[in-house]
Amino acid sequence: MNTSRARTAPRLSIAACALAMALAAIVTPTAAQEKPIKIGVVTFLSGAAAGPFGVPARDGAELLVEAINAGQVPAPYAKKGIGGAPVEMVLVDEAGGTTKQVNEYRNLVQRDNVDLVIGYISSGDCLAVAPLAEELKKLTVLFDCGTPRIFEDASYKYLFRTGATATMDNVAAALYMIEAKPNLKKFAGINQNYAWGQDSWTDFEASMKALKPAVEVGTSQMPKLLAGQYGAEVSALLTSGADVVHTSFWGGDAEALILQGAPRGLFEKTTVVMTAGEPTLVRLGTQVPDGTVIGARGPFGVFAPDSELNRWFRKAYEAKYKVAPSYPAYKMAQALLGVKAAYDKAQAANGGKRPNQDQVIAAFENLSFEGPGGKVDMALGKGHQAVQGTAYGTAKAVGGKITMTNVKEYPAARLNPPDGVKTEDWIKAGFKAK
Amino acid sequence: MTGLVSVLIDGVIYSSYLFIIAVGLTLIYGVMKILNMAHGSLYALGAYVTATLVGYWFAGGFNPYFSFLLLPLAAVAVGLVAGPVIERGLLRFMYGKDEIVLVLVTYAVLLILEDVIKLVWGVESYSAFQPYGLLGNFDVAGLPYTVYDAMLVVVAILVGVALTYVLTQTRQGKLLLAVIHDREVSAAMGINVGRVYLVTFTAGTMLAALGGALIAPKVSVVPAMGVEVIVLAFAVVVIGGLGSLPGAALGACIVGLVRSAAVHFLPEVELFSIYFVMALVLIFRPKGLFSAPEARKI
Repeated sequence: MNTSRARTAPRLSIAACALAMALAAIVTPTAAQEKPIKIGVVTFLSGAAAGPFGVPARDGAELLVEAINAGQVPAPYAKKGIGGAPVEMVLVDEAGGTTKQVNEYRNLVQRDNVDLVIGYISSGDCLAVAPLAEELKKLTVLFDCGTPRIFEDASYKYLFRTGATATMDNVAAALYMIEAKPNLKKFAGINQNYAWGQDSWTDFEASMKALKPAVEVGTSQMPKLLAGQYGAEVSALLTSGADVVHTSFWGGDAEALILQGAPRGLFEKTTVVMTAGEPTLVRLGTQVPDGTVIGARGPFGVFAPDSELNRWFRKAYEAKYKVAPSYPAYKMAQALLGVKAAYDKAQAANGGKRPNQDQVIAAFENLSFEGPGGKVDMALGKGHQAVQGTAYGTAKAVGGKITMTNVKEYPAARLNPPDGVKTEDWIKAGFKAK
Repeated sequence: MTGLVSVLIDGVIYSSYLFIIAVGLTLIYGVMKILNMAHGSLYALGAYVTATLVGYWFAGGFNPYFSFLLLPLAAVAVGLVAGPVIERGLLRFMYGKDEIVLVLVTYAVLLILEDVIKLVWGVESYSAFQPYGLLGNFDVAGLPYTVYDAMLVVVAILVGVALTYVLTQTRQGKLLLAVIHDREVSAAMGINVGRVYLVTFTAGTMLAALGGALIAPKVSVVPAMGVEVIVLAFAVVVIGGLGSLPGAALGACIVGLVRSAAVHFLPEVELFSIYFVMALVLIFRPKGLFSAPEARKI
């Protein structure tokens, strides 16, 4: 009997230990798991920019967070979570202006204690939040805004931008137009009167003059954001004698320009190049006049490469939202994958342990990673600003569907100044570093 | 020459649009002394309802030319529903309060309506583009203009003439003018002021919605479109004089033509030009060009 008890006791102990461990695992699952990574995601959920930009970006974020947590993203992102930790998203509306966004940013960092912030479509919001990220020492990733001033006018430790600047859009647009219309003599512009529109026009005008010094400016129209009515502007463009009209209009303004300009022959008389026109393709379809030159602010949407990552993203997005992803969705996905790549790299360098913010920042600087739009290099702004190639194409309706013809791709090196060189100087010097 | 002609035509088209929106605003202020901040949202509501109706109309394959009837229909529908709901449901409890309080109340209505629009239509844009190009173009000095834009000018003139006729030639209009002149004496004389207020606010709402309905085929109907327009409408009525019908017409013409000239000749100052003119008018006529003389109060 004693022998029997002596044999039974260790077995019971082992069984009890196993049971206790199992119970502990059931009762306190989080104790065994990594603490989630909390990401503040800021994008337009209301206002005029919500439909064309904010909502596709939010949808892209939700899709990616779900897929990252489930380990469904194809290689090299197949590992579950970010640095092994699940991702939690705190969604914030970007509408309301810069003052509100500054407050919202403080709330995210100081009240919600997020680990990082990804966001901002408006260049104005990006410029407002950038110094705050440094002040509050919080890793912040700008995903869409285009103004090159951010990293050209200042240097940041905590701020990154995974989307290329508007410089790339406008240099490529100028290259495309000069190649498509070698005999063009005059060009004009219609851009919104704020940082995005002004910078876009400045870069395009300078690029055109650098590429073809004899070319003249017909008119530069700068209506206010969301003006909606462009009757007088269309007349001014038509009477300017321009061969090419440049516009960085987006959302409802871009759609209104097409709806008002097309019946009056603006798109027949001139070649209109829309640097942010790709979401308009998704929304207006064949209403976009044939011959309109379209950009997607990078190799996104119709210009995205035929990679496994893009095929997965496109298929998953269409299955979930019943619509093709436009470039804001791509750029949000790119930002999240950039963060994942940086965290995973930092974790590997930290011996598999969760990296701290400084280690993630060190890993993020000068990082090269794959997005659904192709390779992204954090090559400018001392390794904090992404560069990427882009493409332009000409719209043509075929069989009731809008298609892209005469698509031309441009590598990043041809479209961006070297690190430390200001865009304006680089373009004026004939796309060479002074 | 082409430049001047196009300044004039573009200016007149833009003025027509501004007049249709501003006249409702000035009517409500003239009668009710309410600076209706919600006017922009009612304009947006008109645009959304029109976009929806036009969308269904063309999806249903109905005669495209009859789609023009949907525009006033949408304006009347919005006016008849939203006007009485806001006036009877909210504003009538605020009469007699300070004008500033009423500005805040209507601002609250604007915010509520913006969210109602978001709730019903979401944040996606809508377009009702089909009627815009349906009637074709005509050329003036070599520049193409759409017949639709010319129609907009005709509608603005009709609205102005109809309002002038109603106000000066009909019994209801004279009652309304009496209320504008003195609410308390009008009530003492047996005029049903509450009813006049209801009719005025409903008519003002219809005019706001008509502005939205007429503009819907030209633009992308998007959230916040009403907020943008209210600023311009205020500029027009402030220049013309709050509560004045001819003032709204003149204010719209001034803003439209100045803006058009700026776009054609000096696009850098386009935005500044409107508010510069407004400031200039207010320096010399602080109550606007057509403000009625006020009895001195001790």
